[in-house]
Amino acid sequence: MTSRLPLPRLISLAVLILLAAVPLFLAPFPTDMLARMLIFALLAVSLDLLVGITGLPSLGHAAYFGVGAYTAGLVSMHWTAAAPIPLLAAVVVAALAAGATGWLAVRSHGVFFLMLTLAIGELIQQLAESWSDVTGGDNGLYGIPAVEIGGAPIVLVGYVYWYVLAFAVVGFLVIWAVSRSPFGAALRGIRDNEPRMRSLGYSPFRYKLAGFVIAGAVAGLAGGLLSVQQRLVTPPDLGFTVSALALLAVAVGGAGSLWGPALGAALVVLIRDVYGPDLDGHGTLVLGIVFIVAVYALRNGIAGLASTRFRRRPDRTHTGDPTQGTSATIGSSESSPDGDIDAVDNAPSAKP
Amino acid sequence: MTGWFADNFVSILNGLAIGSLLFILAVGLSLVFGMMDVLNLGHGALYLIGAYVGYQFAGDVSSWAGFLTALGVAAVFGIVAGLILSLATQPLIGRGHLDQALLTLGVALVVAEVISIIFGDDVQNVVAPPGLNSSVEVLGNTYPAYRLALIGVGAVLAVVVWLVIEKTSLGALIRASVSDREMVSAVGVDNRKVKAGVFAFGSMLAALAGVLGGPVYGARTGLDETVLLLALVVIVIGGLGSVRGALIGALLIGQVESLGRALVPEFASFMLFGALALVLIVRPRGLFGRAGAA
Repeated sequence: MTSRLPLPRLISLAVLILLAAVPLFLAPFPTDMLARMLIFALLAVSLDLLVGITGLPSLGHAAYFGVGAYTAGLVSMHWTAAAPIPLLAAVVVAALAAGATGWLAVRSHGVFFLMLTLAIGELIQQLAESWSDVTGGDNGLYGIPAVEIGGAPIVLVGYVYWYVLAFAVVGFLVIWAVSRSPFGAALRGIRDNEPRMRSLGYSPFRYKLAGFVIAGAVAGLAGGLLSVQQRLVTPPDLGFTVSALALLAVAVGGAGSLWGPALGAALVVLIRDVYGPDLDGHGTLVLGIVFIVAVYALRNGIAGLASTRFRRRPDRTHTGDPTQGTSATIGSSESSPDGDIDAVDNAPSAKP
Repeated sequence: MTGWFADNFVSILNGLAIGSLLFILAVGLSLVFGMMDVLNLGHGALYLIGAYVGYQFAGDVSSWAGFLTALGVAAVFGIVAGLILSLATQPLIGRGHLDQALLTLGVALVVAEVISIIFGDDVQNVVAPPGLNSSVEVLGNTYPAYRLALIGVGAVLAVVVWLVIEKTSLGALIRASVSDREMVSAVGVDNRKVKAGVFAFGSMLAALAGVLGGPVYGARTGLDETVLLLALVVIVIGGLGSVRGALIGALLIGQVESLGRALVPEFASFMLFGALALVLIVRPRGLFGRAGAA
């Protein structure tokens, strides 16, 4: 390793350049599909902040994705479609929704958190279905105008893709920066040993709530991008299935690694939207098998496979390596080599 | 008050019928979770298997032979599926709820898709057996006889399950496993056998509920998700691992579903999960949950 630029950064840069060049050599349909993958990847990465970093497995994360999608759609239809405004509105409203519901949800632990987030997700989906004056009910929001930059509407698939890519990168960087910050380290500390963090003077409730709001806001950004890409938002976009698939993407990719869930999300979209139609709509069958295989064979996801390869390097530092955090399986008692709180020991769970 | 009661009598009966079906469905889920800490999101798929077995054997012709065959076949399917799920979740013990949730969700997706490949996506009806496929007069209201029978079956099963759990040595073993499975293991009982037994029993009840629910809800794709969500709400409201909690949760949710829909139709879809959120906020471990659970 003589280069000053570490390998993971080089890979990220190369991937980014490749992604940016996609519309130049791919046909519109695959480009559009790649835009969907980016959107779903952003959702999965925001969920990873909860699942992998904070240790809060949510079954209702699609709710904030949907809140963002509906908000951006409504703002575009009734107010303005000028470039960042619908997305900003999506982020703000999704953050507010996450704040209000997270204030209740993060008080619970373990399986009760799963159930409460499930209930919140269902409630918000019911709201989208029944508040038809605003949301269009079961038909959803259709006829969302194309996003405008400098007064010119963007309709070409390639430009829409670049728009999605730009904001997906922003969202990814936000989550990455949060996970690398002392705040992110505190979230990992809470994941690994909440009583210890409390005794050190941290307020787990406030940290978890803040993590929940950030994850919700970024999910809202992804939802806003969905309304730009689909130009249609329907209640299933925020349903249980989307939440479950996002969770699958996190698990397949490797919870806590951020880039792993992004890859997992691409895989899920590939199976559901690209191969699904070829299988008479039974792509879900393949996804179900992926669920099962992921649990047994990919214990720490794709990122886990990669980190076992990297782990042999003697000069591995725990700050510059994107594979950090991959050893964190929810509820496992493994110690976590990453983060600034090295002293956190393997606490038994609440039940002695 | 009597006028209100008379007006809503049919809704209350419907609520009781839904409640007994939910109890049959949820009690196994609750025991498996309470005992072994296994969150089985495949429980709805077991119900779906039962529903389609009911359609296969008792779909078109009203006959007791067909209906009883369906119950028998569904019970066998349920027991086998329960044993498989028990084996499949064994390596995941101690790996947290997320892995179990993902595995059982994957199994549920596969089962639902296979059923949809075999039977197609049409909504199928199941007819009630003879004698129960008509309506009877109850306090001046005509009411489907089958739903009354369902209430009866639910009540009998509730009593039987309660007797088994509270009064037999087998029940004592199950209760002991719910409260402290390490201690049960320490006195020489093989945890895995208890778990497999309870898993098989709970899964059998879920598949039976699918057959029993057939004449009311039919058999259709997506039913597994609906009943899974209902069952989860029931056990979380009642408290995980508690038979009494599952019963009270089921009766409560039955009324919320039925009476709520009749009285305030515009809020009906919110009431179910609103009730869940409310209970979890006020009593984070459910109405009858113990402090140590989960």
